[in-house]
Amino acid sequence: MLAESLGLSAILFVIGVIGVLTRRNAIIIFLCVELMFNAVNLTFVALSRYYGMGGQVFVLFVMTVAAAEAAVGLAIIISIFRHKQTVDLRNINVMKG
Amino acid sequence: MDNFGLFYQFHFYLFGVIAIVAAVTFVTRKSPVAAAMWLVVVMFCLAAEYVMLDAQFIAAVQVLVYAGAIMVIFIFVIMLLNLGEASDITDVRGIWGKLLAGFVGLVLIAELGLLTRTGIPSGKYVVGRDYLGQQLARYGAVGAVAKPLYQDYALAFELTSVILLVAISGAVILGRKEFTRAR
Amino acid sequence: MAVSGVHPLAATIAAWMWLLPVFPLLGFIINGAFSIISHAHIGPADPDMGHGGHDDASGAASHAAGDHEDSHVVGKPRFASIVTVLGPGVIFLSFLLAVGMFFAMRGVDMSTPFVQQYWSWMPVGDLKLDFAFQLDQLSMVMVLIVTGVSTLIHIFSIGYMGDDEGYARFFSYLNLFVFFMLLLVLANNYALLYVGWEGVSLCSYLLVGFWFKDKINADAGKKAFLVNRIGDVGLLTGIFLLFANLGSLDFTTLAASTGSLQVGGALVTTICLFLFFGCTGKSAQLPLYVWLPDAMAGPTPVSALIHAATMVTAGVYLVVRSSFLFSMAPIASITVAVVGAITALFAATIAIKQWDIKKVLAYSTVSQLGYMFIGVGVGAYSAGIFHLATHAFFKGLLFLGAGSVIYTMHAAYHHSGNHADAQDMRNMGGLRKAMPVTWIMMWIATLAISGVPPFAGFFSKDSILNAAFEHSNDSILSGATWLGISGHTVLLGVYVLGLAAALLTAVYMTRLMLYTFHGPSRTTETEQKAMSEAPWTMTGPIVVLGVLSLVGGWLNLPAIAAFIGPSGGLDKWLNPVVGSATIAMTNGTAVEASRGTELGLIGIAVVIAIGGIVIALLALKPATLVTKDQSPGEHGFEKVLAEKYYVDEIYEDGIVHPAFMTAKNVLWRGLDVGIIDNLFVNGSAAVARGFAWVGAQIQTGSTGVYAWGIALGAIVVLSVFSFR
Repeated sequence: MLAESLGLSAILFVIGVIGVLTRRNAIIIFLCVELMFNAVNLTFVALSRYYGMGGQVFVLFVMTVAAAEAAVGLAIIISIFRHKQTVDLRNINVMKG
Repeated sequence: MDNFGLFYQFHFYLFGVIAIVAAVTFVTRKSPVAAAMWLVVVMFCLAAEYVMLDAQFIAAVQVLVYAGAIMVIFIFVIMLLNLGEASDITDVRGIWGKLLAGFVGLVLIAELGLLTRTGIPSGKYVVGRDYLGQQLARYGAVGAVAKPLYQDYALAFELTSVILLVAISGAVILGRKEFTRAR
Repeated sequence: MAVSGVHPLAATIAAWMWLLPVFPLLGFIINGAFSIISHAHIGPADPDMGHGGHDDASGAASHAAGDHEDSHVVGKPRFASIVTVLGPGVIFLSFLLAVGMFFAMRGVDMSTPFVQQYWSWMPVGDLKLDFAFQLDQLSMVMVLIVTGVSTLIHIFSIGYMGDDEGYARFFSYLNLFVFFMLLLVLANNYALLYVGWEGVSLCSYLLVGFWFKDKINADAGKKAFLVNRIGDVGLLTGIFLLFANLGSLDFTTLAASTGSLQVGGALVTTICLFLFFGCTGKSAQLPLYVWLPDAMAGPTPVSALIHAATMVTAGVYLVVRSSFLFSMAPIASITVAVVGAITALFAATIAIKQWDIKKVLAYSTVSQLGYMFIGVGVGAYSAGIFHLATHAFFKGLLFLGAGSVIYTMHAAYHHSGNHADAQDMRNMGGLRKAMPVTWIMMWIATLAISGVPPFAGFFSKDSILNAAFEHSNDSILSGATWLGISGHTVLLGVYVLGLAAALLTAVYMTRLMLYTFHGPSRTTETEQKAMSEAPWTMTGPIVVLGVLSLVGGWLNLPAIAAFIGPSGGLDKWLNPVVGSATIAMTNGTAVEASRGTELGLIGIAVVIAIGGIVIALLALKPATLVTKDQSPGEHGFEKVLAEKYYVDEIYEDGIVHPAFMTAKNVLWRGLDVGIIDNLFVNGSAAVARGFAWVGAQIQTGSTGVYAWGIALGAIVVLSVFSFR
């Protein structure tokens, strides 16, 4: 099961990466990031069979952080939307050096 | 490993395929609401996978927290901003961007494969066979995760509560309507 | 430089020798403070301020500009009374101390010098320089000359600069000069000597440009300093070579370690030539003499002190101090003698056609310095010092006398409102009636400088020329070849040049006396009524110097004149210092010329001296002179002489101007602005800006680009891990 789990996790992760690189809607990009989180969680759980319970504990932490990040990130998207009336990534380009 | 009979393997592959198909569909939806729904499908499949990997508590938490809370937040925000319709914004312009992204994905998969080519883990930190089963038998599904959480990793646990506190405050502040209203 | 045992002088007054330069330094500080305070209170209507006395060519210009009315009130500057006592007083204290030290030295065995180390100045690696004074016979002579003549000149300045608003400043600069000069002659090592060397250059600049508000004076001060600086490069190079090869800069250590040098070798010759190049700057020999005539723009006491008695003699002192080196380098010594001889003649030819009284004396100084270098060049070191001493007497006297004359002429001109040049001999004439004491004293000095017995100059000049003649036959120099010519011939040539210069000396000095004091007066009646002898503060030192010019020759009588008094006083006194070098110069034996040769040489010298005076008396007719404004210009060769062979113009066009153009165009525009500023400073800024521009392109602000960046970065990191 280990190889299959890791393979599945890798595929899901890469799908997430492709989504991030390809999509332009900020919320959908966020959802792709959540997909990546899930893939990583699968890896942790799969390996916890060999390395002990720490894997599953860490999954809990990942979920916690993902929740926090989702909250803050969505708040940011809301405030951007209030100013620019769009979530199109092309228009969110003020972070210039 | 060896206590995975045909039943397990078949269902593992089944849920795996459903997860992949759902993920691909999720990535290609135009409407954010539809994408969120398909992501929920992926999460359910992963929860099933967790059960088969002897991480029942994690599976439950996955459904409760991820699918039940985080995705709900997403749906809330989408509804709030009224972004639910299928948008006609075209994504990355042209075919080349998508091809390049696909190439990057392939490269990543290849590298991940290379990284894990050593096979079954062995060495100092590997626990014994059926370690998970023993823990589950002794402490139960919840106890097996709770025991290291509150004992070995108590500090990290406390820190995550700090993270949540910070996130709440941040979300509240960022979500306020007017920044310029003097207080 | 450890002195084993305690020197016998340490228990005497000589232990206080550090006070010698400290007195003038205190004088400098206090007088300087007074000058700053009094300057701060000068206002346009300050009744205490008199007019600034000035005796230079531009005096007429400022008079014409009408910057003060002629019926001005001449007042004394502030604090003048304190400065009058303090300025000369500190020098007089030093002089008394020096006299005390002299008597202490006479009662003590002085085969080794008395060294007092005050602190360790620069211990750096192998170089151990100490701030230490060395008292031996040579430095004692120099200290006595410096402090003695300085005291007289300080007293003279009380009268001369009495109504100058820079009175306190003048004395502070003079005191500072004496301080540095004493450092120079008392120094124990070349480095401390160099400090004094530079210090006197500085004071020369300050004092020559004393009336700096006129550009001519400021330029003269700059010229003095810069030309000296050029010579100092040579001196420094010599010092560096000394240290690099012998490892020390102390005089005593070096004298003991010269065994490692090859006699007549390239190294010793090079060192000596470099040291001598420094001397050409300081002591105004060819080619660096050009500053000294211009330095006459300073007040006359400055010319008397610095450019007659003390600073210009520093070069001679240096050569005598380095006698242990020069006696090992015959080619360098011959060079010294030749340069001295040519300079002596060259300057004398210019002097016979100068009209400014101070310029005549300036070129005379250059010429007499040439004599001193002839002396030390042929190896007669004590003869050179002897002439240094007598020259201090009579040249100091001549300058002070000229100062009195100028002072009187200025007073007369102020009385009559004339704006003519008070220093030009064509405006003088017949002054002996008005200034009898000065007249007699200056005749004494003229006879002394011309070499008429029994005045001082006769003995000193005679000993130098005799040494040149004798050493042409019987010394290491006569056997050497200089630029292909045999040393014997060269030294004979030096002797002949010296005689020619002596003749011309007599001529131009008599000419000076004739035009200034004799003949009809070219001043008006009103001016003559206002002329009188200078005050006693000015005439007193002149008389003292006159007496010294009369009897100074008895310092070192030749053996042949032993009937007058003890012979060879200075020779014997200086023997512990320069004796070994002198002997080395003459192949290890003392040169004893036959009585007949010596009488012959003396006879020739006397004939030349008196002959020169007679020629001048016969050929020059002061009655035909007219005042400067009415004088016709010079023509032909006379013009060349009067224009000093156009040397200054040649230097300006040939050296100064190209150097300036090179500095401006190549070094400044090309190197400094072009390469360093543009290429390095601005260029590196431009490169940094370029790099920054490249970096800035990455920050597009578009989130999609950032996502790509993250993905690519992740791939790179993973590749590193996966291909390990």
